[in-house]
Amino acid sequence: MGMTNDQLERYSRHIILKEVGGKGQKKLLQSSVLIIGAGGLGSPAAMYLAAAGIGTIGIVDADEVDLSNLQRQIVHTTADIGKAKVKSAKDTMEAINPDVTVNAYRQFVTSENIMDLIKDYDFIIDGTDNFPAKFLINDACVMAKKPFSHAGIIRFKGQLMTYVPGEGPCYRCVFKNPPPKDAVPTCKQAGVIGAMGGIIGSMQAMEAIKYILGIGNLLVGKLLTYDALTMEFHTVQLPKKVDGCAVCGDHPTIIKLIDYEQAECSGK
Amino acid sequence: MKINVAGTDKEYAAGTTISQLIAAEDVESPDYVTVSINEDFVKSSEFSTRQLQENDKVEFLYFMGGGC
Repeated sequence: MGMTNDQLERYSRHIILKEVGGKGQKKLLQSSVLIIGAGGLGSPAAMYLAAAGIGTIGIVDADEVDLSNLQRQIVHTTADIGKAKVKSAKDTMEAINPDVTVNAYRQFVTSENIMDLIKDYDFIIDGTDNFPAKFLINDACVMAKKPFSHAGIIRFKGQLMTYVPGEGPCYRCVFKNPPPKDAVPTCKQAGVIGAMGGIIGSMQAMEAIKYILGIGNLLVGKLLTYDALTMEFHTVQLPKKVDGCAVCGDHPTIIKLIDYEQAECSGK
Repeated sequence: MKINVAGTDKEYAAGTTISQLIAAEDVESPDYVTVSINEDFVKSSEFSTRQLQENDKVEFLYFMGGGC
């Protein structure tokens, strides 16, 4: 597959990078990424991945755009209030880059649909706002042997880690089980500074791009935390392998996906 | 004794347990924090008994659910 003159120009700042080049840009154009959640994390991830020329981008969310989303969910505009978030996100991504095919899935992930949603994608981005979904995405990606980026944001803090099958610990290795409902504050209860989604969601897009290109070091076996108030990044080295992980360990006890009770921040 | 907590060197009394460190560091949602010492996770059932050693490198890993 050759690139058109427009594509050579559009992606020229990528192509000039020795780590990308024409070959790498073609890889991006032939790749696919699924973004689960079209919110604070999913917005910047969607926009940068579309701009980068990821050939196929899937976006999953059942919600509609609400006025209270717009302080941080930059893929949506004021005119989009009331529209399905996946429609609004698709429109924005297609406006940024017509090279990209966007698949919009207007649904929440469940144990019933997630395996089917992730199966055709090269890399998954967890941009969800609740622990049941985060554990579901982890378990499904472990079972389907799919790489994914986990992230969370609250107040002035954010964190992320990357899972690559067979190369490091999964989210459940670190956090075991979802906390009880209301035990840990959500961003609806505690607030979140809008730009935090921009920083952490953009880093999730960066991990996806590096994974597809096969360059650099991913956040595998590491949890990167960011505190905007102290302006400090900190990398926590995770154990190489966690004995007895219920899903990715040698003798998994979780062999069926689980729908935990929802305790989401309702996206509003 | 000197220990390292989340990348910062700190001074704590010998014999300090993980539970005492969690309280002293004012850890948020302490019942739901994951603790690693020298890059190994510690079972929460051991927090009240396991004593920190000189030069231990302690990390707190927090649930962060937001993405919305």
